[in-house]
Amino acid sequence: MINFKSVSKKFGSNLALDNITLEIKQGEFVFIVGPCGAGKSTLLKILTRENLPTSGKIMVGNVDITKIKDSDVPKFRRKVGVVFQDFKLLDDRTVFEQVALTLEVQGKSDKEIQKAVEHTLKLVEIWDKRNLFPKQLSGGEAQRTAIARAIVGKPDIVLADEPTGDLDLKTAWGVIQLLNEINSWGTVILMATHNQEIVNTLKKRVVVLKQGKIVKDSKEGKYE
Amino acid sequence: MKRAIKFTRRNIRRTPFQAIAASMVMLLTFLALQAFIILAAGSQTALRYFESKPQVIAFFKEGTTNQDVTAIENALKQEIRVTNIKFVSKEDALQIYREKNKNDPTLLELVTASILPASLEVSTKDPQDLAPIADILKREPVISEVIVPEDVVATLTSITRIIRYTGGATVGFLMVFATLVIIMIIGFKIRIKRTEIEIMRLLGASPGFVRTPFILEGMFYGVTGAVLAWIINYSLLWYFTPFLQGYLEDVKLLPVNLLFMLTLLGGSLVVACLVGAIGSFAAVRRYLKI
Repeated sequence: MINFKSVSKKFGSNLALDNITLEIKQGEFVFIVGPCGAGKSTLLKILTRENLPTSGKIMVGNVDITKIKDSDVPKFRRKVGVVFQDFKLLDDRTVFEQVALTLEVQGKSDKEIQKAVEHTLKLVEIWDKRNLFPKQLSGGEAQRTAIARAIVGKPDIVLADEPTGDLDLKTAWGVIQLLNEINSWGTVILMATHNQEIVNTLKKRVVVLKQGKIVKDSKEGKYE
Repeated sequence: MKRAIKFTRRNIRRTPFQAIAASMVMLLTFLALQAFIILAAGSQTALRYFESKPQVIAFFKEGTTNQDVTAIENALKQEIRVTNIKFVSKEDALQIYREKNKNDPTLLELVTASILPASLEVSTKDPQDLAPIADILKREPVISEVIVPEDVVATLTSITRIIRYTGGATVGFLMVFATLVIIMIIGFKIRIKRTEIEIMRLLGASPGFVRTPFILEGMFYGVTGAVLAWIINYSLLWYFTPFLQGYLEDVKLLPVNLLFMLTLLGGSLVVACLVGAIGSFAAVRRYLKI
């Protein structure tokens, strides 16, 4: 599904990713862990084509995403859902509108949007909050909105960059269970986190990054 | 496009003061542009009227006979420069006088046909032929006075030229100013919508999808300004028509032709769309790096 082949990324003289080789199969849930500055976010940003690697190749399916033309990037991004630590919700849009935006940029019809958004909001259990604005939501509700926005377009991959970073433990667990459920449908989940408890409880694949290098990659691994 | 219009509407609705400011600037620009075009077209029509009107008017002395008049008419008919000759008798002159002063009985009471001179109105092909024709008429012993309205044409020509030059310069300046205002407002909106743009890009929005609402927004301000300016200019013209008609007398300028006003609106809309699109496109190129 996703294949990093000798990927390096330099920002000036700073080596953010150092010769990363990593294969992620269809339906996997992978935690990317490591200290701040280890390269977790850089890895995710390369996967969304926000950044291009300095060297190496990244295959998503049969496509080398480092080689796709700029004009094809939007099409590729529609296959990737992204969830952020700070939710990145738009202040002037309701929950419904935030989620609908994903389908609007894809050019879906109003009828399709209505149906898909309703289905997704019910799935993440915030349908009753659909007319509220971000400021009227709790942290957990805001993150559920962000997850709904990421998955409503039925992406093959969901990238979550510290999605529980700003949440209390109970709410964080709710979000993780939701991501776990999405993973159970066959969607690849790549989640960067610092949260040892979640990683160690969930017993999924763990890739440990340190100074841009993979120092450990284990199935049902632990984060120490 | 339907979605782009929806996004544009939302952008405008959520920043109403900027939308009003941008539309007002465009309104001022188009108010001036349309006013100058109306003035230029009006003065051009007046100029054409005076150029085509019998240019030389020769007044006959008291006691001039019909034979004298016919002799002069025949002599003028030999002139290839002359296009039309019209004799205005004393009675005709009185009729014209009565028509012009029908609202003032005092003036009508004092005047009779006997005190008004008969005249000959002579048109030429070219205004330059006026002077030689006037010289011919002045040599006739039965003619008391010759009026050559060359000065009116010269004054109107110079007024038309001034209107064109000052109008062109003012409108040019206002166009540049309006474009800069559009660049500034759209640029500002792009900056405050940075997060939204970033999210839309990550969700897979194409550059066109992100840019189009900003371009449409600029065009909307232009169109709003142009339409409002047209309504104001037309209303002012309509309101002042009875007053201005008294001054313009025979010059057929008012009421303004509806087709001319609709053409003006159409032209203004095209220019408005262009100014709005150019301004917002420049802002998008400058501030929206996708």
